[in-house]
Amino acid sequence: MAALRSSSRILSSSRAAFRPSAVFSRSMASVSETEQPRIKSFQIYRWNPDTPTEKPRLQTYSIDLNKTGPMILDALIKIKNEQDPSLTFRRSCREGICGSCAMNINGQNTLACLCRIPTESASDVKIYPLPHTYVVKDLVPDLTHFYKQYKSIQPYLQRDTPAEDGKEYRQSKADRKKLDGLYECILCACCSTSCPSYWWNSEEYLGPAILLQSYRWLVDSRDERTAERKAKLENSMSLYRCHTILNCTRACPKGLNPGKAIAEIKKQMSIGA
Amino acid sequence: MIAQRLGLAAMRSATKPNAFFSQNIPRMVLASAMSTSQARSISTQKLTPEEGQQILVKQRLDRPVSPNLGIYKMEQTWFGASAWTRITGCALSGAAYVYFTAYLASPLLGFHIESAALASGFAALPFVVKGAIKFALAFPFTFHFINGIKHLVYDLGIGFAKAQIKRGEIALWISSIIGGGYLAFGL
Repeated sequence: MAALRSSSRILSSSRAAFRPSAVFSRSMASVSETEQPRIKSFQIYRWNPDTPTEKPRLQTYSIDLNKTGPMILDALIKIKNEQDPSLTFRRSCREGICGSCAMNINGQNTLACLCRIPTESASDVKIYPLPHTYVVKDLVPDLTHFYKQYKSIQPYLQRDTPAEDGKEYRQSKADRKKLDGLYECILCACCSTSCPSYWWNSEEYLGPAILLQSYRWLVDSRDERTAERKAKLENSMSLYRCHTILNCTRACPKGLNPGKAIAEIKKQMSIGA
Repeated sequence: MIAQRLGLAAMRSATKPNAFFSQNIPRMVLASAMSTSQARSISTQKLTPEEGQQILVKQRLDRPVSPNLGIYKMEQTWFGASAWTRITGCALSGAAYVYFTAYLASPLLGFHIESAALASGFAALPFVVKGAIKFALAFPFTFHFINGIKHLVYDLGIGFAKAQIKRGEIALWISSIIGGGYLAFGL
């Protein structure tokens, strides 16, 4: 693999030397270098599992915003590429679809790829992993328990009666509309880990993200296990540890409303609808 | 990876270059001349799945819990309505329990905290102190009461939009402080 890559690089660079445009683009790049550098410092939570006795610490990195993309994730990638390759974080799609880069930025859980680097103030940007999670390394939280909780609500269509036309389970437009604002959840765990109630009771309380998913299946007109699903939530911990703190709604980087979804579950449970 | 290795091996085994693909010849020469192993600055270690599992289990025991209350936005944790409803509720009921037990025990201990004695004692205090003591009870009451109503509205599924949450929070604090102030100093 390395052999192929390096050989192709040699070939392409020798080709580029004959192109006049290459010279031109280089002169364009030098324009930005003369600009006033806009240095921004990032304080990033560090912890290394190879040296577990060392306490977690904040490490400061300074980068020039003129040479960085607009988002926090751009800054993190730049730091990893140029300053410290040992800095560890999850990222994938860089456009708020995968939910990998969920972290706590300046005290607010959000996706690094959707969060702009604040330029209005000169203060440092503080970046922590998702709050009250076990840290695997640096900004990488252990979400094993979160995923187990997701599995526990059986997040799939369950029904016994076959489809009327033998092909697909049909749904009215109004019923389909009920799933809007629920199906978009990417399970980034921003909301669950913003919830103080989930911090103290994550062993038993399902947390906003999983409850939003729970509601997504409760409200689906095609699902036939609504009663069983509700019966599972009928205890003091799974659902009712929600005290309507609503940090979840404020945190959701996709603009969904877990707080509202939980309220709707509570309403359904109380009126038995 | 494997597919690429196979491809490389195939290219190397082609000892006689095909005349049809003459443009591939320089690349094939390069590929056969260079080592196929990746140059790595770090050393790696081969582990069986069991050994890997043991390392994982050991790491899990060492993992720190990431910071939470200390770093999350203050207005959402320390000044959240939920926490303060609990604090004010505890303050109110705590004060009530303290007074009730003291009232029960007063004949035995010789206190005088009957209504008449309290009222005359309280009247003798300066206005500001009177107001401050009343506010210390009135503010928990108004906050707990108004947020209780807000929670009843929440139970109907109303008021969950982000803007509404923000407005509701501000309205709660302002109205409970003004209400507490009125009960303390106005009445």
